[in-house]
Amino acid sequence: MKKLLYFLKDYKKESVLGPLFKLLEASFELIVPLVMAAIIDTGVASADGGYIMKMCLVLVLLAVIGLTCSITAQYFAAKAAVGFATGLRHALFAHIEKLSFTEMDTVGTSTLITRMTSDVNQVQNGVNLVLRLFLRSPFIVFGAMIMAFTIDVKAALIFVVTIPLLSVVVFGIMVLSIPLYKKVQNALDKVLGITRENLTGSRVIRAFNKEADEIAHFHESNETLTRVQLYVGKISALMNPLTYVIINGAIVVLVWTGAVRVENGYITQGEVVALVSYMSQILVELVKLANLIININKSIACGNRIARIFELEPSIVDACGRGEAGETDCARTTDKAAAVEFSHAGLIYAGAGEESLTDIHFSAARGETIGIIGGTGSGKSSVVNLIPRFYDATSGVVKVNGKDVKEWPLKALREKTGVVPQKAVLFKGTIRENMRWGNPDASDDAIMEALRTAQAEEFVRTKEGGLNYGIEQGGRNLSGGQRQRLTIARALVKKPEILIMDDSASALDFATDAKLRMAIRAMTDPAGSQMTVFIVSQRASSIRHADRIIVLDDGRVVGIGTHDALMETCDVYREIYDSQFKKEQ
Amino acid sequence: MSKKVSRQQKATLAKVLRYIRRYWFYLGLSVVLAAVTVALTLYLPILIGQAVDKIVGAGEVDFSGILRILRKMAVMIALTAAAQWIMNVCNNKITYNVIRDIRREAFEKIERLPLKYIDAHSYGEIVSRVIADVDQFADGLLMGFTQFFTGIVTIFGTLLFMLTISVKITAAVVIITPVSLFVASFIAQRTFSMFRLQSETRGEQTAFIEEMVGNQKVVQAFSHESEALEQFDEINSRLQKYSLRAIFFSSITNPATRFVNSLVYATVGVVGAFSAIAGGISVGQLSSLLSYANQYTKPFNEISGVITELQNALACAARVFELMEEEAEVSDAPDAQTLKEADGSVELEHVCFSYVPGMKLIEDFNLTVKPGQRVAIVGPTGCGKTTLINLLMRFYDVNSGEIRVSGIPMRELTRKSLRSNYGMVLQETWLRSGTIRDNITMGKEGATDEEVIAAAKASHAHSFIRRLPDGYDTVIAEDGGNLSQGQKQLLCITRVMLCLPPMLILDEATSSIDTRTEIRIQKAFARMMEGRTSFIVAHRLSTIQEADMILVMKDGSVIEQGNHEELLAKNGFYANLYQSQFVQA
Repeated sequence: MKKLLYFLKDYKKESVLGPLFKLLEASFELIVPLVMAAIIDTGVASADGGYIMKMCLVLVLLAVIGLTCSITAQYFAAKAAVGFATGLRHALFAHIEKLSFTEMDTVGTSTLITRMTSDVNQVQNGVNLVLRLFLRSPFIVFGAMIMAFTIDVKAALIFVVTIPLLSVVVFGIMVLSIPLYKKVQNALDKVLGITRENLTGSRVIRAFNKEADEIAHFHESNETLTRVQLYVGKISALMNPLTYVIINGAIVVLVWTGAVRVENGYITQGEVVALVSYMSQILVELVKLANLIININKSIACGNRIARIFELEPSIVDACGRGEAGETDCARTTDKAAAVEFSHAGLIYAGAGEESLTDIHFSAARGETIGIIGGTGSGKSSVVNLIPRFYDATSGVVKVNGKDVKEWPLKALREKTGVVPQKAVLFKGTIRENMRWGNPDASDDAIMEALRTAQAEEFVRTKEGGLNYGIEQGGRNLSGGQRQRLTIARALVKKPEILIMDDSASALDFATDAKLRMAIRAMTDPAGSQMTVFIVSQRASSIRHADRIIVLDDGRVVGIGTHDALMETCDVYREIYDSQFKKEQ
Repeated sequence: MSKKVSRQQKATLAKVLRYIRRYWFYLGLSVVLAAVTVALTLYLPILIGQAVDKIVGAGEVDFSGILRILRKMAVMIALTAAAQWIMNVCNNKITYNVIRDIRREAFEKIERLPLKYIDAHSYGEIVSRVIADVDQFADGLLMGFTQFFTGIVTIFGTLLFMLTISVKITAAVVIITPVSLFVASFIAQRTFSMFRLQSETRGEQTAFIEEMVGNQKVVQAFSHESEALEQFDEINSRLQKYSLRAIFFSSITNPATRFVNSLVYATVGVVGAFSAIAGGISVGQLSSLLSYANQYTKPFNEISGVITELQNALACAARVFELMEEEAEVSDAPDAQTLKEADGSVELEHVCFSYVPGMKLIEDFNLTVKPGQRVAIVGPTGCGKTTLINLLMRFYDVNSGEIRVSGIPMRELTRKSLRSNYGMVLQETWLRSGTIRDNITMGKEGATDEEVIAAAKASHAHSFIRRLPDGYDTVIAEDGGNLSQGQKQLLCITRVMLCLPPMLILDEATSSIDTRTEIRIQKAFARMMEGRTSFIVAHRLSTIQEADMILVMKDGSVIEQGNHEELLAKNGFYANLYQSQFVQA
């Protein structure tokens, strides 16, 4: 949590002025009874109407000053808190974007979303409250105690006992309820998870008529949440009654002590009244403080959870830093090297016991088309994921243009590679905006060219507005095949040196798939040289005409070569091919 | 404008009250206890005053009298504390039960919403309504209960005590009161719309976060981090602006009403001082009036604070209710029949359908499928294959025309029985968090282990499931977590293998499974499809060839229809498509 306070740094002025104006307001509030005392002692006693009116004006003046101070304080506090949250959200988003897939896999997307939204809001709320109230309440509590000492030391000792006692109660309840609030949060996360799941799976749930079961399932988690909330509520509900008992108990003792002190002539009756009123004042402020502390508690819990996200270090670090000079130096490579080279590379995913890839060894020359084929779980995607460094090889080396990918500036490496992922993901916005992900400066002509190559031109033209056609979140208003072709076009807009198609034509019919491959073959990068293409596929027809085909089985390479050579030498390949083509031939 | 807003608020409030009404017992108890608490709290200062009156001066203290009053005070304090605690517990109970009910109903609503709604809204936004908005609403509601009642009772209690002292001064106070209320409601009305704006922007931001963080892989592959951050910052800064306004304006209420209170205090002081000079009241009574004036106005501070909190809560509740009041799926006709065991015949007669009114998609579609027929649907991507499935499953209703299953028009069947006659495997796999077994038995409640394993063996999922850490009891995370796409698809197939309904829908069911495995699954499918009507969307010709009927779709209508040989002979679109598989790329 402490680390998060860094985000207040741009609001130092507001963070100081807010509480300061609040203190000013509180001080003016303390003057009011003195003025009133003056009205009674001087005005009423001497029946001086003019004096009363004058003091009345003073009261109004004090009210105006109080109002001004208070509004100023609220403004500064709100500005600092909102600015704090804005900065925090910005940094958090930027940080999450840097996390590599290994961390994303372990933390989970929905957790990250909660951290960014409701947790940040809670922290914002906490900061705002602290700035507004946290100084004010202790100021009045201790102010009252000091006033008590000026009246009578012995009676003031009751204050000395009462305040720590109250603190014990307040903090005790807090300590008890913190772990419980964590439980509430966990229960809430569960309810959130089920809700999400039911939205993403609405078709399957309805197809299986599971609505009632899902409702029962939700109900169970919902009940658990309510139970925990009620339990926590019962404990924190103790706060007000207990403090009330302590304070008023103290008043009872105070009256008795006061009676004894007055009997012996140490203090006057009026001073007893003053002491009692000071004690009452403590109660009001302590109740405020207690509520405040509960809120702060929640905020700190949320803050700590956010801080833990910040502590996650991306496992993939950019070797070249961000210095401009460093980048050019880093990017320099030998022209003659192979476009992509795997040297005995292996991969163990975090948390997995066994290697998912073992001893992958091959190289791809510039302009070559490499097909990768293999069964489900044979590691096809894992191989291509190593090229743009989505994951780092746990053994061996992967080189691009003759240089270890770990020595490339990440941005430069990913600019060279165009990836068409398995899952066809598009983003909310126009088709043009989506296409510009590949190249922010792409002209409409360049975009249309990429669409043509990706066999998407035709359907884009039929869409209302063409490139201006609005895609909904996740591309829901497009069919699977349309999405897939747009994701291919998006990668092509980039004009990458290396194009990776990770089983990304699966939703295309054979005719479109064939046309697509032909068009990609004809493409060249800006320097005029041919792209190096990796095609991962289940379909033998998609990779059959590749320059070379890599056959994977259980994370190992079991064959590399042309279609004809593999048909002779590789059993696995022949089996795959036959399974798809036997009948037609 | 403001009138419209407040009418909307009133409507929301009425709905909230309907939920609260269920807990009328707790509500009644809470109100009674609030009255008790306040009465005792107000009575205490009088007791203290009486005690103080017995401490006249040195040597003039009535110890036995004081002791009697102090004992009475001790009992009062204990009673107040107990009443306060029970009241708090009641309030917790009402609040948490009400939001539990709301969450539950919102969730039940989600299960009944037409897919049209779910497809058209971002998941993040709906989730934020059910979780974040409800949570915020709870905070406001709880605060409303704990402070609103006590506040109001305190105001009336104090007025009563003041009346017993001086009618004139009480009247002066009452006249100023509306000013305070006016100020509070004036600010509250403006704050409501600002909170709404804040709430909406938050929803937008959540949706954006979900999109970007959920698809981090694509974001990183395209080095789109800085653009995403820029876009995020744009929303973020808008949120900052709206939040600052909402928070600042809502926090003005407090100082503003306090200012009015200071005026009340000054008025009491001046009027009181003049009537003291005139001899109307004693100085002691004046000081009691002043302290009551303070007590009287303090609840106004709180109430206005609570009102802004309630505004916020109402804005959130309004968003939840908006979701809950969405039109649900057209419910089954009252005389809807239950389709027991479909014979497998399906007829489509003059079916017209489009997602967007005015944008024609499927028009005058006719099709007769005999029981046990295998229907393959082929065609270029985006031709309406998935739409057909949406209609067959009744995820969407046809605009005109009729679909008959087993000779009965679909509209006259219950959705539940219709859907349970279909087994569906979609290209986009969906798994719920839970064990592998939970996911498989979705299709058949209470299936035995033997049945589950037999189904898994049939779908060739058994071997990979066995290798998972806990076999069939392995818990998988939201959306399949670390299973590969192919493994997820195998599980979805197993799910259907287990329940074997009379009709099957396979939408690219094996697109992510390697062909060697697929060949084996196809055999299982073939066995499964025997005697079952099946609709198969596929690209692989081997699957299509064996179909009894092939529908070639283009632009929403069937352009060719027949079996493989017939269609080849026709030498039309299908023949073209078929031959393209062997085009040299």
